[in-house]
Amino acid sequence: MFGYYFGLALRSLRRNVVLTALMITAIGVGIGASMTTLTVFRAMAGDPIPRKSRQLFAVQIDNWGPSESPSTSSADSLPEQISYIDAIGLMNARAAPRQSAMYYAGAALLPMNPHLRPFLVSMRAAYTDFFAMFDVPFRFGGPWSASDDEDRARVVVISRELNDKVFGGANSVGKILTLDTQDYRVVGVLNHWEPMPKFYDPSIAKFGEVEQVLLPFTRAIEGHVGSWGDNICPDILPAAPGWDGKLRSECVWIQFWAQLPTTADVERYRSFLNNYAVEQRRLGRFHWAPNTRLRDVHEWLTHWRVVSAEARILLVLSFSFLLVCLLNAMGLMLAKFMGRAGDIGLRRALGANRAAIFSQCLIEVGVVGLAGATLGLVMTALGLLGLRSLLSDEVTRLTHLGFADIAIAMAVSMFATTLAGLYPTCRAVQLQPSWQLKA
Amino acid sequence: MECRPILSAMRRNKAGALLIALQMAITLAVLCNGLFIIEQRLSFSQRPTGADESHIFFIQNQWVANPPDLSARLQTDLAALRALPGVIDAFASNSHPLGHSGYPQDIKLSPDQKSRTAQAAVYFADEHGLQTLGLKLIAGRNFSGAEVIDKASWSAQVLPPAIIITRTLADKLFPGKEPLGRSIYLQPDNRAVQIIGIVDRLQVPWAQAWASKFNDNSIIEPFRLLSFYSFYIVRVQPGQVTAVLRAAENRLIEIDPLRILGKSQSLTAARAEVYRDDRGLAVILAVVCIALVGISAFGIIGLTSYWVAQRRRQIGIRRALGATRHNIVRYFQTENFLIVAAGAGAGATIAVFLNLWMATFFEMPRLPVSYVVISIICVFFLGQIAAFWPALKAATISPVEATRG
Repeated sequence: MFGYYFGLALRSLRRNVVLTALMITAIGVGIGASMTTLTVFRAMAGDPIPRKSRQLFAVQIDNWGPSESPSTSSADSLPEQISYIDAIGLMNARAAPRQSAMYYAGAALLPMNPHLRPFLVSMRAAYTDFFAMFDVPFRFGGPWSASDDEDRARVVVISRELNDKVFGGANSVGKILTLDTQDYRVVGVLNHWEPMPKFYDPSIAKFGEVEQVLLPFTRAIEGHVGSWGDNICPDILPAAPGWDGKLRSECVWIQFWAQLPTTADVERYRSFLNNYAVEQRRLGRFHWAPNTRLRDVHEWLTHWRVVSAEARILLVLSFSFLLVCLLNAMGLMLAKFMGRAGDIGLRRALGANRAAIFSQCLIEVGVVGLAGATLGLVMTALGLLGLRSLLSDEVTRLTHLGFADIAIAMAVSMFATTLAGLYPTCRAVQLQPSWQLKA
Repeated sequence: MECRPILSAMRRNKAGALLIALQMAITLAVLCNGLFIIEQRLSFSQRPTGADESHIFFIQNQWVANPPDLSARLQTDLAALRALPGVIDAFASNSHPLGHSGYPQDIKLSPDQKSRTAQAAVYFADEHGLQTLGLKLIAGRNFSGAEVIDKASWSAQVLPPAIIITRTLADKLFPGKEPLGRSIYLQPDNRAVQIIGIVDRLQVPWAQAWASKFNDNSIIEPFRLLSFYSFYIVRVQPGQVTAVLRAAENRLIEIDPLRILGKSQSLTAARAEVYRDDRGLAVILAVVCIALVGISAFGIIGLTSYWVAQRRRQIGIRRALGATRHNIVRYFQTENFLIVAAGAGAGATIAVFLNLWMATFFEMPRLPVSYVVISIICVFFLGQIAAFWPALKAATISPVEATRG
């Protein structure tokens, strides 16, 4: 029966090619526009580290007091980063199973090959827990050791892309890399790693690439490697000049992450943080009630508004567009089925029951939906290509059509078309055969 | 044309009329908000910097391995750049307009003031700064060579001997008063600095939305930044930006290869890059609006054609009873007008709510009434034009149809 109805549907659709084409185009264009924006939106709102996003926490400490609100737009008057004093205080306390202070920096890389010009690389200073905490994949070698952290060792882990560029993709573990005239030994090469969004430091670029070089935090501090990220100092407590002045200041420029696997760990760490602030107050450093905060990856990304307002607005506008397209297709289907009233009446008179008419009409709707979905996928791919040519590189990284996106597009298209076709189908089913035969 | 017969016909065909009205309502809501955002983004991306953009490029220079005597190196580089053929003038600064990085500065009017009077951005420049950027000095004077001093880093506590500020900033700090000769207090240690000149306009280095609150609040300080990095800003003769940019890079490498030339581009290219997402959004919305209008038009044509086909016999009877072709066309046009009017009413309401919802995400002015009015006119035109073709076809129906079964 299905095969027969399918054939009938095709014949019916062929009878009025213009109307059919119009319906399929409307659905295809609507699906294309809405799925393009949905793909970008899903990438923006994605979970960068699904297995651990509920157990990784960004640590915030109010070291400025209520009178001084950080110039960033935070609503809760807590700086988004912490000072060097607090970073060291928290690292030494070892209150979390895994933890790392970190900051963004950069350096000039001097290639061994004298014919190559020096170039800039991005760096992140961190502790060895960074790798285990964030499940960072390695291609060669591995993280540096905890004793390297203590010894301020001149070791680095480099990204796969940098390894390809400098060492031709070979296993470079043990090789020497010259950064700002200092020699470092490569201990590990990362595999491709692209957390989206770049949750551990959204202040640089929310969807930016992972740094090319990672080095021990203690080494970076020892080598006076300045931060290339935000350095925000309170008005009333400016930093004393020099590197030591910066380390002793209340300026915030370091991110701090802790892994707290269980809720008990979280509670324990929360009270540890509170006690830490109380202790700082007792020491005379803070003059206000303890104000600390733990935010997990989701809360942190929400706080940083990684999903841009533009993406939300485009999503709503494009789904409104899809709605118009579906209303359109619905009107055209209604016209089509009503135009075939005589046909349907005749079939009813010859013994087809309502269920048969219903399934016949719905199969026709389904064929239109399938064609619309296919066209919609092509339009989505074109739409994403268009976005890539129109928008900046950072946004471009969000325009990859994944398997899930394709599945969603097909499902939305079929569901929406069927929904749009339901009313015309019901109308067709309710037609009185006698009326139609008379006319 | 009386509407009663049309309304009673519509009552028999509620679904179709409702579908068109709904489509028009959503089309209208999306159209006016879309057009409004397009206009906002385009005017945002066209804000002037105050500089002679089309003749200026910048080169980011970064020293490798902390070389000594940065002051002498900087002077050598600048002298070489100024000597290049085609160059009008050049200077070095900590940032440049249409960039991403800069030094923020809170300005106070007395040393013990708690909160800032204005927020601003700092550009370092020597006596060549104004001429290189092509800024218009509207009052006071430029720095003299003797006033320009070295500053080792942003945090180095050296006080500028004098500063030049923009007109917007002067108006904000001293409304209705003469700003020349007055002092303002700068971070980090709130010491007084005297204003010696006013330039007409200079945008802050950040062209992003978050800085638009103090977009034109720039101050120029007579510093030579002796840090590991700086920007060389060069103004050239018309039409020579690309050629001189390449020559300048080669010359700098020739002087000292142990440096990294980071980002180098013309301010025209920098503008395109900085506003890429804003312009991109405008284009995307324009495409959506055009597609929307097209889809709606085809929807109207499709349904109206169907109605015409359905009513062949009635149209034939009307023609036989003496209705002119003109009457028939008018019938369908009026029908469309009534449907679109209902849709437009609902659409205007949705549009206002959509705008209110969007305003919760970013600072966005209320939707001006003019956009609603223009969009309403647009959808009426859209409806009338789309209905015209089926209406014409209806008019060609011969009165003989009345006799056919």
